[in-house]
Amino acid sequence: MCRNLTKRFGGFVAVDGISFDVAKGEIFGFLGANGAGKTTAMRMLCGLSFPSSGEAEVAGYDVYKQQEKIKKHIGYMSQKFSLYENLSVSENIEFFGGVYGVNKKEINKRGQELIRALGLTQEANKMVGELPLGWKQKLAFSVAIFHQPKIVFLDEPTGGVDPVTRRQFWDMIYSAANAGITVFVTTHYMDEAEYCNRVSIMVDGKVVALDSPTNLKLAYNANSMDEVFYQLARGAKRNDN
Amino acid sequence: MEAVKLHHIFKSYDKGRVVAVNDVSFSVDEGELFGLIGPDGAGKTSVFRILTTLLLADQGTASVVGLDVIKDYKAIRNLVGYMPGKFSLYQDLTVLENLRFFATVFGTNIQQNYDLIKDIYEQIKPFNHRRAGKLSGGMKQKLALCCALIHKPKVLLLDEPTTGVDVVSRREFWDMLKALKQQGITILVSTPYMDEAILCDRIALIQQGKILSVDPPADIIKRYPTKLYAAKSADIYRLLKDYRQNEAIESSYAFGEYIHVTLRYPERDGLSTLQDLTTNLGHRDIIVKEIKPGIEDSFIRLMERIEFTGRVE
Repeated sequence: MCRNLTKRFGGFVAVDGISFDVAKGEIFGFLGANGAGKTTAMRMLCGLSFPSSGEAEVAGYDVYKQQEKIKKHIGYMSQKFSLYENLSVSENIEFFGGVYGVNKKEINKRGQELIRALGLTQEANKMVGELPLGWKQKLAFSVAIFHQPKIVFLDEPTGGVDPVTRRQFWDMIYSAANAGITVFVTTHYMDEAEYCNRVSIMVDGKVVALDSPTNLKLAYNANSMDEVFYQLARGAKRNDN
Repeated sequence: MEAVKLHHIFKSYDKGRVVAVNDVSFSVDEGELFGLIGPDGAGKTSVFRILTTLLLADQGTASVVGLDVIKDYKAIRNLVGYMPGKFSLYQDLTVLENLRFFATVFGTNIQQNYDLIKDIYEQIKPFNHRRAGKLSGGMKQKLALCCALIHKPKVLLLDEPTTGVDVVSRREFWDMLKALKQQGITILVSTPYMDEAILCDRIALIQQGKILSVDPPADIIKRYPTKLYAAKSADIYRLLKDYRQNEAIESSYAFGEYIHVTLRYPERDGLSTLQDLTTNLGHRDIIVKEIKPGIEDSFIRLMERIEFTGRVE
């Protein structure tokens, strides 16, 4: 779904000819040091920025010609852009469900199920800003997949979240993948890299490794993904954001 | 003498509705590298802001190098170096201008304590004339550390200096902290990354405004109360679900490529119990082994104990 994808900003090649395919229902870890080009690549795949060259398809749609279609069929969540803090839990669900074209009846029905599943019944009318970070992030993820997208992009979804909540969050990722949603995720927690079916590692705009965590550890003779990452990223020349 | 001391500190916000710091007491010895470890919202930043005299506690007393945070706030401000969690240098001043500015504010100049910042500053010196806002995450962090050190503080207070920073820059940063410790500077540092805890002399685990324990990392691990096992099979997600429904299993959670497991009846031969149980659940490619717990395992256990005893409101 991604061939020689490249993005240049003037003379600076942020993303330098990356290629990979991600299968339906796969959990794909998209790793790289700060400034390796992850965010730029993700923005192209989400239909937010045009590539300079190369090809890519997301959920079956072309990143040049069908940006709007892509936006409808993906979910996106990041640590920074979350939900509206001064809307309540149910208002956020209603708003984002509406934006993604889920009809009113469905929003009501699925929204209530969701609130129950998250254990937020008592908090349904609370402002999202008042919830602890871990809950916010779990809610943000649920909202990102509320319209049942084909693929969901998660940009450092668990940054700063406690170890218990971090794991509950991954339970949700697993269950989404089980339901057939493709998960494209970045993280700085290397133990989380191990939860992915496959992992790609970007250094200086290029994908320098792509395989299952087990195979990567074998190939780099490492005990953990942390070591694999360190070996690869240590040689990075740039660390710009 | 204790470089930092907190004595029954309380702090709440929003007219007492949000308790950020709930009876926190600990002290940091001179020359110690002390970690305050806990997730977002645990109360770490409030503790830092109280110690830097930027925030008044509701109750309790605190001191830095023997000086009271209320009475002697002016003296403390000259003796501590503070790096807030959010990048707080002047974005439209250059690297050099920022450094000069902070030196001047503290009545010194770059040359006076150059030894202290030399190793760190030389890494960003090639970008002397670049605006701070245009620096990468790793370089911003180095500049902020230089600015916090420029007046040769006795105590360095670093609030989540490595959050959102990649593995390579994080390691470099901790190497810098070790070097600073060798120069006799006391360091109190907070982080949400459990793997960094192991690099501290002592750590305080904090959650929901309460200190769970204060110990050298090795002791926390040693005190882990039961045997810990790691298990995996061909279908790890199903394995996790199966374990959660099994009453012989006390706790199970994903940890890297394995699931970490503790048993409800640990006195029995745990390893073969777990092995048999996993086989009986119909899993393939099973690996089960006993392992040594890490800081994260200890933290999870301590956290869950809090949740069993009820939320701290």
